[in-house]
Amino acid sequence: MTQALLTESGYATQTGKILHTEQMTKLEKFFEISLPGGKDLNHAPGQFVMVSIPGIGEAPISVSSSPTKKASFDLVVRNAGILTGAMHNLEEGDTVGIRGPFGRGIDTNLLKGKDILMVAGGCGFIPMRSLINYVLDNRDNFNSVHVLLGCKTPADRLFLHETANWEKRKDLDFQCTVDKGDAEWKGRVGLITKLIPDVSITPSSTYAVVIGPPIMYKFVIKELLNKNIPDNQIILSLERHMKCGVGKCGHCQINQKYCCQDGPVFTYDELKELNEAI
Amino acid sequence: MDKYVVLKKSDFNGFIKSLSKTQKVMAPVAKGNNNYAFEEVSSGEEISISHIPTILPPKKYFMPQRETILAFSKKEHEWKPILEKEPLVVFGIHTCDLEGIQLLNKVFTTPPQDTNYINRMNDITTIGLECNDYCDEYASCCVMNNHLPNSGYDLFFTELSNDFMVHILTEKGEKITGGTPLFSEAQSAHHKALEQLRSKKKELFKDEVVVQNNELKELFARTVHSAVWEDIQNRCVACGNCTNVCPTCYCFDIKDDINLDLNTGVRIRSWDSCQNETFAKVAGGENFREERGSRQRHRYMRKFNYSIGKFNKYFCTGCGRCSRTCMAKINLKETINSLAGEKK
Ligand SMILES: Cc1cc2nc3c(=O)[nH]c(=O)nc-3n(C[C@H](O)[C@H](O)[C@H](O)COP(=O)(O)OP(=O)(O)OC[C@H]3O[C@@H](n4cnc5c(N)ncnc54)[C@H](O)[C@@H]3O)c2cc1C
Ligand code: FES
Repeated sequence: MTQALLTESGYATQTGKILHTEQMTKLEKFFEISLPGGKDLNHAPGQFVMVSIPGIGEAPISVSSSPTKKASFDLVVRNAGILTGAMHNLEEGDTVGIRGPFGRGIDTNLLKGKDILMVAGGCGFIPMRSLINYVLDNRDNFNSVHVLLGCKTPADRLFLHETANWEKRKDLDFQCTVDKGDAEWKGRVGLITKLIPDVSITPSSTYAVVIGPPIMYKFVIKELLNKNIPDNQIILSLERHMKCGVGKCGHCQINQKYCCQDGPVFTYDELKELNEAI
Repeated sequence: MDKYVVLKKSDFNGFIKSLSKTQKVMAPVAKGNNNYAFEEVSSGEEISISHIPTILPPKKYFMPQRETILAFSKKEHEWKPILEKEPLVVFGIHTCDLEGIQLLNKVFTTPPQDTNYINRMNDITTIGLECNDYCDEYASCCVMNNHLPNSGYDLFFTELSNDFMVHILTEKGEKITGGTPLFSEAQSAHHKALEQLRSKKKELFKDEVVVQNNELKELFARTVHSAVWEDIQNRCVACGNCTNVCPTCYCFDIKDDINLDLNTGVRIRSWDSCQNETFAKVAGGENFREERGSRQRHRYMRKFNYSIGKFNKYFCTGCGRCSRTCMAKINLKETINSLAGEKK
């Protein structure tokens, strides 16, 4: 067996430089990363990158910044295990390996001129932020915009500066609810599904985008269907175990779909008949 | 290219000997207890001409069990894609395994292409070998239409009484037969003997399961919620043997190996199995195939249902390895028959 360098490889990894970090919550850390030469990542909202630490491994992480942000991009990593734990030890000036972006993101052209209802739960807010900021940076292209955010507790909320601004904006309906409040919390308490019935949209010209934990999908989709939003206008992003990101390793497979390539963004229409999808 | 030549059986030993002097030759070798394995050989005498499917299929040369894909250096912030390959001639590949290789080729050449696989594939010469007889009760090559050669080789050998009839399909193949005076043109008697053998095979190879090839997809599509999966769930021990020996299972894991200098190391990909409990588990703790039954169903669906959606092909070759190796005696033909026995 001989070893040689390979000029073209799906596993080719670029060196990403960490420009800035911020511990956002106990479990979540923010990273701003640039590629060599300040190259654009060129991603769509909903796409992800494979992030590496040499010797430790690789994990799929969603891009949290909007494509309108150039020359660097944002990730938010929840400490969930070995690789993500090791990421929490990295600081400004350190490097990580970056592959991607991978997957089918959200086709923002489809959303043009429509009412948009975004429903994010927990970690789902991380990729949703990419779409929210994209929409706000191109606000004239869209009709009414609604963002519903659900968190476990007030301490779990991310990007507080940004959300404080969103709350003030007149051209955005932003609502946040927590499962369990604390002494200072004056906002809503309760499930995110409760916020959906009162949102004012025209169902036939609305795109709903839902990103959150699997359990949330079942209940949220039911509410969206109750509101008469068509199946093919409900957009979901699925999380699966992913090793390669290029449609080969099989970990992310849902029936004949490979979540890393065919998704992670799907319409409800594409998933409703698939066993083991939602 | 479509040409027939013959090799005298008495020249077979010499042929392999001379071939192995210029290239590495792999072929099935008897390992005792009716077990066979592809190994490096240097003479024809070492090769088992009549063998049941080898323990591991020749997949191991195309997609090694463990392979380096990347080298890294932490200090230099460097990542270099690596290719591991070795020019090989693989002799003695049965028609079921030729189909297995073709299916893997399809997977890895479908964009985004896998350059590691493709480079290796291009450097392997495949020599098929016809099954004159049925290997054993586990095989279902006939229902999968793989008991006769369907291309996918460079050369194809069929054993006749005194000679091997050799079909040359590619230039790579012709280079081998043209490189030695041992091969001569096939005569009409050889063609006749081949024809007779193939028509005899029609009698030998048939009716392995109660359904036809074209009914399999629909059968699996309608039995997603069948009680048969529950029965399998109660027996499966999730050892992953079935996927390890499968000629078309290509799932893998990716891991890093760091050297003792704690600076340099490599990224490795190695065979993985959808039968492992953690295979589809994600960070929130959600597992989309937590039960063994659902993991076995997934394996079957990937052979008979999902693969049609994705590649328009069945991914079962009928080699019978999964049934032969199963500790819990989960048998592919029995599973198909049980599913077919359920009410529509
Ligand atoms: C498309 C996508 C986008 C994601 N975006 C983000 C994000 O923006 N921020 C974030 O913090 N997390 C994100 N995740 C989850 C993140 O990938 C996992 O937390 C991470 O892979 C766990 O790796 P680990 O080495 O830390 O965990 P391990 O120590 O290896 O294991 C901990 C747990 O994570 C699961 N896990 C391990 N490897 C993977 C893998 N390759 N893919 C999925 N689950 C795995 C294990 O089954 C186990 O339950 C995303 C996952 C996907 C599929
Ligand atoms: S992550 Fe490997 S196939 Fe999708």
